Amino acid sequence: MSSRALRQPLSLRLTSNIFLAFWCLVAIFPIFWITVMSFKSPVDAFDSNALNVIFGPTTLSNGNGLSLLDIILGIAVIWGTIALVFKKMPAMIRAYSREGLEWFGWVIGILAAAVGFLVVFFVILPAILNVLNPLLGPLGRDILGLTTEHYKTVWIDRGFSNNFKNSLIVTSGVVILSLSVGTLAGYGLARSGSNLAFWLLIVALIFRALPPSALVASYLPVFISSSEWLAPILGENAPTLYGKPFAVIAVLVAINQPFTIWMLRSFFQNIPAELDEAARVDGCNHFQAFRRVIMPVMWPGVITTGLFSFLLAYNDILVTSLLLDAQNQTMVPAIVGMFNRETTTTDQVVAVAAAVSITAPLIFLVLIFQRQIVSGLTAGAVKG
Amino acid sequence: MNFRTFAAFVGPSVFMMLLFIAFPLISVFKQSFYVTQPIYETVEKETCTPGFLTQTCVTETVSQPRLDEEGKVITQTQYVGWESYRNVLEPERAWRAISDGNWNVLSTINFWKALRFTLTFTLITLPLVIVCGLGIAVMINNAAHAIRGPVIFISLLPFIITPVIGVLSVNWLFRGDGILTALLEWWLNRDIALFAQAWTIEVLMMLYRVWHVAPFAAIVFYAGLQTVNQDSLESAVIDGATRWQRMKYIVIPHLMPLIIFVSMIHLMDSYRVFEEIVGFASQGYVISLQWLTYDFLVPDQAGNRSISRASASAMLTMIGIAILLIFPLRRTWRDHKGGH
Repeated sequence: MSSRALRQPLSLRLTSNIFLAFWCLVAIFPIFWITVMSFKSPVDAFDSNALNVIFGPTTLSNGNGLSLLDIILGIAVIWGTIALVFKKMPAMIRAYSREGLEWFGWVIGILAAAVGFLVVFFVILPAILNVLNPLLGPLGRDILGLTTEHYKTVWIDRGFSNNFKNSLIVTSGVVILSLSVGTLAGYGLARSGSNLAFWLLIVALIFRALPPSALVASYLPVFISSSEWLAPILGENAPTLYGKPFAVIAVLVAINQPFTIWMLRSFFQNIPAELDEAARVDGCNHFQAFRRVIMPVMWPGVITTGLFSFLLAYNDILVTSLLLDAQNQTMVPAIVGMFNRETTTTDQVVAVAAAVSITAPLIFLVLIFQRQIVSGLTAGAVKG
Repeated sequence: MNFRTFAAFVGPSVFMMLLFIAFPLISVFKQSFYVTQPIYETVEKETCTPGFLTQTCVTETVSQPRLDEEGKVITQTQYVGWESYRNVLEPERAWRAISDGNWNVLSTINFWKALRFTLTFTLITLPLVIVCGLGIAVMINNAAHAIRGPVIFISLLPFIITPVIGVLSVNWLFRGDGILTALLEWWLNRDIALFAQAWTIEVLMMLYRVWHVAPFAAIVFYAGLQTVNQDSLESAVIDGATRWQRMKYIVIPHLMPLIIFVSMIHLMDSYRVFEEIVGFASQGYVISLQWLTYDFLVPDQAGNRSISRASASAMLTMIGIAILLIFPLRRTWRDHKGGH
């Protein structure tokens, strides 16, 4: 607000900010609360008194707790890691990695940071604290009940790591395939002003509105009997498509394709057409212009679209739960199974821990890619 | 760009959409008129239980699926016409219920029940999402520059979270004596069971959906607010317009294309409401159209999937989408014509 005429009175700004704070509370509360619940023993997690859920007296009396010192040092380590990654690492990567191989430097850097953090946080820190806690008296006494046993149950006993692996396969497959197919189409659509391009976009818009369940209704019988009708082509070892991750990847890519090409098209339209005209004058054909001139300046748009493809694949439940068998199940359908099967409160807290495990990567994603997500949300909209 | 280059660029994408979207649509349409089921035969079966002196033998006729040499169930596909649609819609019962004015009977038929909920859900959440999104956007725009980043980060969380997980987390806050139910009970000083009747579940679902989509609307509107012409706002102040009038006559008309965009996306997405039913496990009380199709596709106890009925219900669902899309498509068509 540059102009004095538009300056707002204090009371209005105060009300606005109070409501904003209230919205932030509403936005974050359910996620915060299930995170807290997942670290408590079942009695505490479902206690109707909020303070009992936060401090976890039963969890504490079971011998699982954190002292003030634990909390302070733990926060210090997390804070230190974040500071290191955001302040020091970019400079180090620029200094040590060779020209053109920066992405490799980033991969190495992030892996090193993750491994370093895990070692310090889960090996070195507990060892130090075991020595320090008894020495410090009141500071070292446990005050906050906290247990990680539900995470152990989920990831080790319930085979959630297998679901995680399946999710990884499906989502990475979807992202790679839909970006490689989508960027080509998006570029073609952005640069062609023909009627055909317009109609393709309209049809894609209609396809975007279709309910996935309708499509799955047609895949199911075909996929289940695929070994029969593929036999004449592929012979004896014709696969049953039902339950196979690659079939689901293809389906999800196709379902996401309308969205992907709309988004990429609007990013491509932002790049001036003079750029590829110049390349064409210099003797490139369309594909060379696309690869050498357009792609290098398109990475932000591709990353943004990739993020949304990732979200669509990661969050999907309908397609994956119907088309994958139990062995290849991804995380989200698996947790619904867990939630519906649960009988005891312990099972419920285990399901809560699984839910938090699914959410954590998404929060990191927002943390790192906030700018890209915002630009992706507004890309299609602002230009109409 | 000539046609061949265009086709080469667009080809793979179009091929995938044809193979996995257009072709399946046609086959769903066809499937909805056919039923595939095992061939049953009636066999006389003698079961004997050993008894004292003589065994007692009972002969009964059982109907069982016929098997081929490999022991697989033989199935046959039969043209049944509109029967699957009739099974889904139950037109006679529905018509009788309507002519008697007996809405309770109508809501015992799954399809009508699902349609009723899907439409109420879509139409009630739409204005809430727009108003909340606009409110949040204006508030973010009012806030100091330093806190906008963190606030947008927090606002994005409900939008980015896996829908089923979001629903489940709301569910855990309210289920049984969950923390918020306890709070409500303490506040109203009475016992509350939020999952014992349909309407409270529906309210929770709508609240969840607004929580989930409002951030998206807010971010889009916030981006739009950055481009509002400051000069016209200023001249409005000089002309003596109140805050509310400035909002109504300058800001909202400026945001109108975005409001239409968000409404379109929201209509499409909330018409496909599905995750809420799964996350709240509310199928006993509330179901939606997409959930109905899903339910037909899940194998029942005998392991059979009612593909035909699922196809019929999917086709009926898509009629709604067609109605939903007519107006925006007509508008786009007019713009396109006007642009050339």
